[in-house]
Amino acid sequence: MRPFPFLVFLAVFSLVLIIASLFMGSVPLSFQTVWSSLVESSTQQSSLIITELRLPRALAAFATGALLAQAGALMQVLVRNPLADPYILGVSGGAATAVLIGMLLGFSSSFGLTGLAFIGALVAMFLVFIIAHQKGTWTPTRLLLTGVVVAAGWGAAISLILSISPANNLHGMLFWLMGDLSYSSSSAFAFSALLIGLILSLLLSSQLNVLIRGDKLASTLGINLKQLHIKIYILASLLTAAAVVQAGSIGFVGFIVPHLIRLSGITDHRFLLPAATLGGGILVLVADTAARTMIAPQQLPVGIITALIGIPLFLYLLQRDAKQ
Amino acid sequence: MSLIKCHSLSVKIAETQVCSNLDLTINTGENWAILGMNGCGKTTLLHTLAGLNPMQSGSIELNNTELNTISRREIAQQLSLLLQHQEDHFPGTVLEAVLIGRHPHLKSWQWESEHDHELAQKALTQVGLNHFAQRSILTLSGGERQRVAIATLLVQQTKVRLLDEPVNHLDIHHQHEVMKLLTSNNKDTANIFVLHDVNLASRYCDHALLIYEDGRTAHATCAEILNEESLSDLYQHPIKEIEHDGKCWFIAG
Repeated sequence: MRPFPFLVFLAVFSLVLIIASLFMGSVPLSFQTVWSSLVESSTQQSSLIITELRLPRALAAFATGALLAQAGALMQVLVRNPLADPYILGVSGGAATAVLIGMLLGFSSSFGLTGLAFIGALVAMFLVFIIAHQKGTWTPTRLLLTGVVVAAGWGAAISLILSISPANNLHGMLFWLMGDLSYSSSSAFAFSALLIGLILSLLLSSQLNVLIRGDKLASTLGINLKQLHIKIYILASLLTAAAVVQAGSIGFVGFIVPHLIRLSGITDHRFLLPAATLGGGILVLVADTAARTMIAPQQLPVGIITALIGIPLFLYLLQRDAKQ
Repeated sequence: MSLIKCHSLSVKIAETQVCSNLDLTINTGENWAILGMNGCGKTTLLHTLAGLNPMQSGSIELNNTELNTISRREIAQQLSLLLQHQEDHFPGTVLEAVLIGRHPHLKSWQWESEHDHELAQKALTQVGLNHFAQRSILTLSGGERQRVAIATLLVQQTKVRLLDEPVNHLDIHHQHEVMKLLTSNNKDTANIFVLHDVNLASRYCDHALLIYEDGRTAHATCAEILNEESLSDLYQHPIKEIEHDGKCWFIAG
């Protein structure tokens, strides 16, 4: 596949999907209504549905998926494993633990919980970093093992909190753990993180192309390994933290999307990173639109839908790839 | 002109003393062979010369500059290293794998130019893989993958080339093609090969460094140092020298 036209296609497709998602929902809206509510401000109910509910939700979904896929692509290079996902080092576990503790203590403001999630993600990120980096040596395997074990620790902490929580708290907590966009209001933070992240990762992308061929080779080609590892680590973790803060842990996106892009033949990271960013946005947007319309007015956690779409798609492509 | 100068260099890895107080000067136009038994530290020494491995004591100069005062990027512009193993965890095309050899010469925001693509295509032709540019790296045989790695090293265009078992996985024809390619037209460059085949060393190299198991080293021109006695001592195995067509060949007894 030619990379540049493919990127343009993904960008156009993203725009079309964002617009299409504005028409989807329990209240049917005509083209005129959608158009006029976008171009002129009005306080009509139909207009509010678009500007206060559907558009922010669509943007939040897109930003979350884009963040996750970009973080996933970076994390896969960092641990030198194309099957890694952005949660593998426990960033989402740390965030979830912090939020659940906050809920247990009676926090309810969404701003407070968002702050807690971000602090939890940062604590998780530095914990793994310090343990894995203790003696100055840093190998992908050591980092991966440390991250997986620490993530398991967060998992245990989450179960502990759930088991001692009063029953009326449980539903909100579970939704948060499964990945849910129905609480997200503004996606300004996610989009700024996305944009800054994309610029920084594009600046690293030619070094990533070298790094995927091995640490030693990268050193012989002039790369300062330690510096590059730390840069990727911080960037990927912050992107993941921004996504977790927006929507909890949405599974499979960060792992499947970069992999799908690689399977489609785009392996140069200067194209792969923007393609994964757009692809991740598309996948979560489609999944979330399905999540809020399939059994409307009831809503499903978007994480379940990303898994339901992602897994068969991934298995199909893997099968097709094996045959070629 | 000297490209690499070692002053009383000592290198140790785990319990193995690779060399002690080694003084060595490698000049432009020279082809060196490093010979020795498995595990004597040939690769370690090569990596030390590339600045990837700490030395115990002594110093190394690359092009008359102290090696540990130069950045990795500046080293990579002057010195390349062919590794013994290639790591391929990620898919990619052969062309992409070769083009990363240009990385030390490009700025982080700079894309490979037409010239870089021409260099890559030429290098692929030189290693006999001219139609492989768009092939997936994961579908190559061991010998083809090895030749891609050599093409990557060629496009790096360095004065010093360190090659760890460059004929690994190659058939006889390609072994000689690769050795000829690397040792021809190198008036301004120097090659240091780690080899297991003494006959390739005596045929394509002019100098040899022998690393003995007990930490001794010896170096001289191939004509002086490659003989039955020194090689039998080096490999702890009887080695015979036979003459054919006016040339000397070594065979294991």
